Amino acid sequence: MDLQENSPEKQKIDNRNYKMIAENVSVYYGGVQTVKNITMKFKERSVTSLIGPSGCGKTTFLRCLNRMHDMTKNARVEGKILLDGEDLYSKDVDPIYHRRKVGMVFQKPNPFPTMSIYDNVSAGLRLNGVRDKKILDEIVEDSLRMAYLWDEVKSNLKKPAMELSGGQQQRVCIARALAIQPEVLLMDEPASALDPIATQKIEETILELAKEFTVIIVTHNMQQAVRVSDYTGFMYLGDLIEFNETKKIFTQPQNELTAKYVQGQFG
Amino acid sequence: MMSSSQKRAEYRSLFKQNVRGRLVVNKITMGIILSSVIVALVPLGSILIEVFKNGLGALSVQFLTQIPGAIGTGDGGIGPAIQGTVIIIGMASFMGIPIGVMSGVFMSEFGDNRFGRTVRFFNDVFMEFPSIVIGIFAFLTIVLLLGHFSLWAGAFALSLIMFPIVARTTEESLKLVPLTYREAGLALGLRQWVVTFRIVLSAAKNGMLTGILLAVGRISGETAPLIMTVLGSSQFFGGFDSPMDALPLRIWRLSLLPYDSAKMQGWGAAVVLIIIILSINIGIRYYFSTKNSSKSKFLYKIIGGRKL
Repeated sequence: MDLQENSPEKQKIDNRNYKMIAENVSVYYGGVQTVKNITMKFKERSVTSLIGPSGCGKTTFLRCLNRMHDMTKNARVEGKILLDGEDLYSKDVDPIYHRRKVGMVFQKPNPFPTMSIYDNVSAGLRLNGVRDKKILDEIVEDSLRMAYLWDEVKSNLKKPAMELSGGQQQRVCIARALAIQPEVLLMDEPASALDPIATQKIEETILELAKEFTVIIVTHNMQQAVRVSDYTGFMYLGDLIEFNETKKIFTQPQNELTAKYVQGQFG
Repeated sequence: MMSSSQKRAEYRSLFKQNVRGRLVVNKITMGIILSSVIVALVPLGSILIEVFKNGLGALSVQFLTQIPGAIGTGDGGIGPAIQGTVIIIGMASFMGIPIGVMSGVFMSEFGDNRFGRTVRFFNDVFMEFPSIVIGIFAFLTIVLLLGHFSLWAGAFALSLIMFPIVARTTEESLKLVPLTYREAGLALGLRQWVVTFRIVLSAAKNGMLTGILLAVGRISGETAPLIMTVLGSSQFFGGFDSPMDALPLRIWRLSLLPYDSAKMQGWGAAVVLIIIILSINIGIRYYFSTKNSSKSKFLYKIIGGRKL
């Protein structure tokens, strides 16, 4: 990363350690390579956006970061994903412990269908062995507040999560991901099902979270990338075309494709 | 070259113009569907009416609680048969349902390979086995091993009939649970088995319940395997190790007797069997639906509808 301005704010960002490092990551579906040899470094306490046209491999790459492809038949991942220096894909690493540090919010809201709001948010804790009701109550409230849902559901926590609106369901999912106290949060277009007000709230949450966590977010919304992220990566047809500070990507892109994309000429 | 609006107009003109004709086709199709439903309901209705018409007269406290009386007198009751049926269904369920559910979970969650396909194939074959063959199998193993007819052998035979049904329906209901719930569970750092048993199984609960009730219903009426295993008896429960009566056996025996009083008792026993199966169905559905939706009405609960 070349620094031209030496503002104190930039210095501060630059001095952070790398929380997560993806080295030469490739993903193959069947025989087709959908993510091509991507290397990216994510700093702690930062927000990184992945942008690019549909089908460029953003989501596929994001899912590598907590081994979500383990479930997918025919998918093969090559390369290294280092979380605090430990390779997520090495044979002797149990993905469970990494996933507890890496929360994920999916593109479509997917609250557990038979559970109440409370049970959904506390699921990661309860099913991982937390029994203390007081602690659970505390974390549920805290997580729902962070996801900007608390005021809407506080009197009705026992209601089935499926009876909420789509946007509220997505915020339940965000609260559920936050409840396990992750160090890294992966978000796959978390706001695509939300109205502008909820979107704004979620963006505020993301900025709040970035004070403590590493957030990596896939988004189709370029304004959103500008608003929330410190760094932005532009992907196209499985390649990482350009990865830089968000401001640079949108004001002085180095690559012609990036320039065209951020100006809305294709995508 | 045509302009695009001309082209679109031409495409539209290709649509079927005869709307009235379509309405007729619609009505005919509806008619066929409705008459199929009626054709399917006629035997069900006529069986129920016939059974209740002939059997209700036989019902009395004495009939429900006493041991069978002397042949041809019309005395006594079917107490042991009721007791036996309840005990055998219970035992067979305890053996058959866990194994069936586990096999179903295996086939759905871990069975996407050669071994899984083999298990599925044999499970399907097993499901189609004639029940008399399963009765003979239980006879050759448990009965000959123990040296006498027993409840154990009967429950074993019935559980063998149950578990392939439970396994298949469990598998099918688990497969309907979208992958995204499993992913959400894994993303929370949960072990695969926790995801399977605490999240996926609970999402598939209604479908599995239907399968289990289907299996219970199926074994409640089985007669042939019981002839080979519990034999029948005119005494109340005397230990899991001894022969026992069951309603299908009693119905079968009573129907073979040449006396009108016996035939009437047979019809009565059939009424009791139908009521038992219905109560198990309604009871289990009601129990499981009260846990989650407290608002819904009784009838709504037992029909099993629960909106997602």
